[in-house]
Amino acid sequence: MTEMTGSKAYIKTLEQEGITHIFGITGAALIPICDALLDSKIRYVPGVHEQGSAHMADGYARASGKPGIVQVTSGPGATNIVTGVATAQLDSSPLVAFTGQVPMSMVGTDAFQEVDIIGVTASITKWNHQVRDPARIPWAVKAGLHIANTGRKGAVVIDLPKNITQETAEMDFDVEIDFSGYKPRITPSPSELDWAAKLLAEAEKPVIVAGGGIVSSGAGKELTELAEILMAPTATSLMGKGSIASNHPLSLGLCGMHGREEANYMVPDADVLFVAGSRFSDRTTGSLAGFAPNARVIHMDIDKSEIDKNVDSVTRIWGDAKHSLIGLIDRVKTIKRSQNGDWTKKIQEFKRSYQEPNDNSDITGPAVIRAIRNALPSNAIVTTDVGQHQMLAAIHYDVYEPCTFLTSGGLGTMGWGVPAAIGAKAALPDRKVLSICGDGGFHMTENNLSTAVDDDFPIIVVLLNNRMLGMVAQWQRLFMNGRYAAVQRNYSVDYTELVKDYGAHGVRIESMKQLNTELTRAVGADYTTVIEVPMDPEENVYPMIPPGMGLKDILTED
Amino acid sequence: MSLSVISFLVENKPGVLFNISNNIRRKNFNIHSITAIAGEGEDTTRITITSRGDPKEIDKLVEQMNKMVDIIIVKRLDPLRTIQRDMALVKLHTADPMAQEEALEIINKYKGLILDIKPDTVIAQITGSVNEVNDFTKEVTHIGIIEAARTGITAIEKGWVTLKEP
Ligand SMILES: Cc1ncc(C[n+]2csc(CCOP(=O)(O)OP(=O)(O)O)c2C)c(N)n1
Repeated sequence: MTEMTGSKAYIKTLEQEGITHIFGITGAALIPICDALLDSKIRYVPGVHEQGSAHMADGYARASGKPGIVQVTSGPGATNIVTGVATAQLDSSPLVAFTGQVPMSMVGTDAFQEVDIIGVTASITKWNHQVRDPARIPWAVKAGLHIANTGRKGAVVIDLPKNITQETAEMDFDVEIDFSGYKPRITPSPSELDWAAKLLAEAEKPVIVAGGGIVSSGAGKELTELAEILMAPTATSLMGKGSIASNHPLSLGLCGMHGREEANYMVPDADVLFVAGSRFSDRTTGSLAGFAPNARVIHMDIDKSEIDKNVDSVTRIWGDAKHSLIGLIDRVKTIKRSQNGDWTKKIQEFKRSYQEPNDNSDITGPAVIRAIRNALPSNAIVTTDVGQHQMLAAIHYDVYEPCTFLTSGGLGTMGWGVPAAIGAKAALPDRKVLSICGDGGFHMTENNLSTAVDDDFPIIVVLLNNRMLGMVAQWQRLFMNGRYAAVQRNYSVDYTELVKDYGAHGVRIESMKQLNTELTRAVGADYTTVIEVPMDPEENVYPMIPPGMGLKDILTED
Repeated sequence: MSLSVISFLVENKPGVLFNISNNIRRKNFNIHSITAIAGEGEDTTRITITSRGDPKEIDKLVEQMNKMVDIIIVKRLDPLRTIQRDMALVKLHTADPMAQEEALEIINKYKGLILDIKPDTVIAQITGSVNEVNDFTKEVTHIGIIEAARTGITAIEKGWVTLKEP
């Protein structure tokens, strides 16, 4: 037990828990905390808008697997992170937000810059808590980090009234975190594994759909091993991208609304479908009637409430993906699947027939994405924004390692790409980090580039500028007889000039050849670069399943 | 649709009930009744909530709420083994001596207690299943109900099954 102020205890607990970066913007309610931070080795990354700071912390968390910390002042500081908190929560990313608050004596009086952030964030957090006793600060900080980063990961908000951070108390830094209502299950029951193994062993046409749970539990290697034992072609959800290397012979790529044809045609043909760490989002399944109608479904998830929520399973595996997969592999490893049985042959045939044309001469979405892949080292991290460019990347960008493709899936938050890339760069400074953006989303948060430059987190942005809110325009072309409403943009802003004022290098390319040259230069450079690529505003992203249709109802280019 | 009974054991902390009702609202269920009291000398509160809805959908809601950190246990009680009780305090208008006599008779029939008797009013305490309390209310309506307050359902399962030991 040591006596100190709440602020010092807050910083000390963060240090003790291994936190190295705090993203945020200060304010009156945070003055004591920011003062205490001066004496710490924790790096403070000042933002330009709290939403961006929250996305940075989220990107940091997704790239590193460690909790990301955002720290903002009361009132508007706190409400500005709401989008960031919801984005992290929906994609199960361990974000911990610390919000300043007016002193306890003023809470509930509509004091200056008072917002009931606990009430506001109740339905978008895994847990939230207002600290009301300085001596409880070490407990609250530890509890927040623990809850955010265990079980099904998620967002936590801890509210810190100013007087609590100023007052002194006897602090216990060894305080135990024990919630009787929160005991995440890690190991599944052996009988669940036995059942699942039996079904998988009997399967003639097994297919795996891997989701974000595989990425977040670091179980990519185990998943790939299981796929190889079973000779099971493996598709992924958007969040599961990276669970299996895109160039693996069994990889089918993305399935769902913008899934690849090989994935969307093979998933419904399965007789046993193993859904691993995916929550059957409507964007992944299409209409439920067309989703694996003849398959016996095995659903593996760490979150019991996801099992049988949207799709009824024959058997479940409730537990952490990595532990579960190790248990499964143990039970099925003696299976010998022929390398040229009917199913294996069909996999190869399918994969061959849907090889994408490799025409890289014109500036098209797929060609731009392939050029990015070619220019980047295999362990580079790519973040995307939200829209057509995101789906192009999801379909065409090859991922070789988990946690190297980061995207806002569940909430689909435009403006996420750039700040998330900065957070990823802060987490892994030795990696190349590139963000694929559309003009709409880029313009929402491009001001974060000043943090990238001034605080030395060099990133590359490839800006696919179609002068349209492209994804919405695509829906209007396909489903509204081409009537454009609220999607055309005639901004006079010149992005290449704009980003120069932030201190970044800006360049607009006019050909694929020039794009390749600029990408190579940017990857070799240690400063922030924005490459603007002029796109055809009428280009659609295919394949696509119209909303409400089944996986096989695929629209394609021709 | 039948009433489902959901029982909770939760941390006795500010905001927990808010989080529960917020979750129920989000899934578009309506709370029919809610009873709650903190365990004596304990850090926990037992809450009983009833709601109408497809039991399968209620079960999904229960699974969602089970994830909440401050909820220790939550369970939809098995209707076949659940005993539920509701209590009403009913104030009747009994200025007419005939009405008073009839009121006392009905209260007796329902094994109710008379808590207060004034020249022109009677307050009765009626305890029983929801249906019994409803029936009582119907029977005394024509006498004249001035005001009524009900606790809402509280419930427990038969035998050795408890919330803690399912
Ligand atoms: C914050 C936010 N606002 C609105 C939307 C709705 N929306 C989804 S995609 C899209 C268009 C995105 O346009 P752009 O960023 O230019 O990318 P493109 O689709 O052209 O690649 C819009 C407006 C959203 N996802 N997020």
